[in-house]
Amino acid sequence: MKIGLLYSRIRKDEKLLLAELRDRGHEVTKIDVRKETFDLTDAPATFENLDLVVDRCLATSRSLYATQFCEAYGIPVVNSHETADICADKVKTSLTLAGAGIPTPATKVAFTTKSAMEAIESFGYPCVLKPVVGSWGRLMAKIDSKSAAEAILEHKATLGHYEHKVFYVQEFVDKPGRDIRVLALDGEPVAAMARHDDHWLTNAAKGAETTTFELDSEAESLVEQASDAVGGGLLGVDLMETDSGYTVHEVNHTVEFKALNEAVDLDVPASVVDWLESTVGMEVMA
Amino acid sequence: MAECVECGADVPLHNDLESGEIIDCATCGVELEVIDVNPPVLDRAPELEEDWGE
Repeated sequence: MKIGLLYSRIRKDEKLLLAELRDRGHEVTKIDVRKETFDLTDAPATFENLDLVVDRCLATSRSLYATQFCEAYGIPVVNSHETADICADKVKTSLTLAGAGIPTPATKVAFTTKSAMEAIESFGYPCVLKPVVGSWGRLMAKIDSKSAAEAILEHKATLGHYEHKVFYVQEFVDKPGRDIRVLALDGEPVAAMARHDDHWLTNAAKGAETTTFELDSEAESLVEQASDAVGGGLLGVDLMETDSGYTVHEVNHTVEFKALNEAVDLDVPASVVDWLESTVGMEVMA
Repeated sequence: MAECVECGADVPLHNDLESGEIIDCATCGVELEVIDVNPPVLDRAPELEEDWGE
């Protein structure tokens, strides 16, 4: 296949994918989206004759627009713009998961510091305040007291950017020192790891320890449901364990898998390329 | 081997270098982006934008 890989930064994840694709003889065109201009109807020259585009843009805005352009040009793209649009925004993700009946942390959204404080007080302490866009645990706040809430809200008001005016407040889930990352291909779990940390944030990007994790049928079912709800594709579904079962708190549409690849015996990039070849490739041939 | 654009130190390069990759200068600590691989060209890496992430 002729595969375009959209990027603005090549991480280890992209290097693993590139190596696997090239080893199998696929013709790979790396497309640095910073260098492109996107016409409304005519695809840039770098997109010519591509069978498939794989979106690995690190910047969410670039990912969202670039996937939309690919679809406008009639080029299959992984993941779809619909999936990216839902997963890139925590509000849209939460609404989608809740709408599909998938357990997800209780969440409230407010647009002013006054109403945000009301949302925080309704949860009590601790609770969590998150930016609606972003990853790697950045700007996530666990709020332990009213005075901490007041300080954080004042800071966000002072920071000024409009995204700081959308307050995404969530119940604090007292997970057992770990959460679970599942890599799924159209809802089918490929590999899973637990991310352990004494810190309340258990992101691998923040240095959490990772170990392989065996999914039970409940978790597998939730991963499939979450994937279906957001439109499927190559996804990282994050689960937390609670007293009443799992809760799905995040679905990542440009999933990083280098930590997972090291935590499990499976060759993760090989599985991803298997899927690209079998599922997406067959669609292209049809 | 390439030269750090920040401090001028030699930066060792590995064999599977990719344009768009970020490498650190061990001397000054600056993040460098690989602009080209043949021959290797490095520049200061762009700052992370707010919406960069997984």
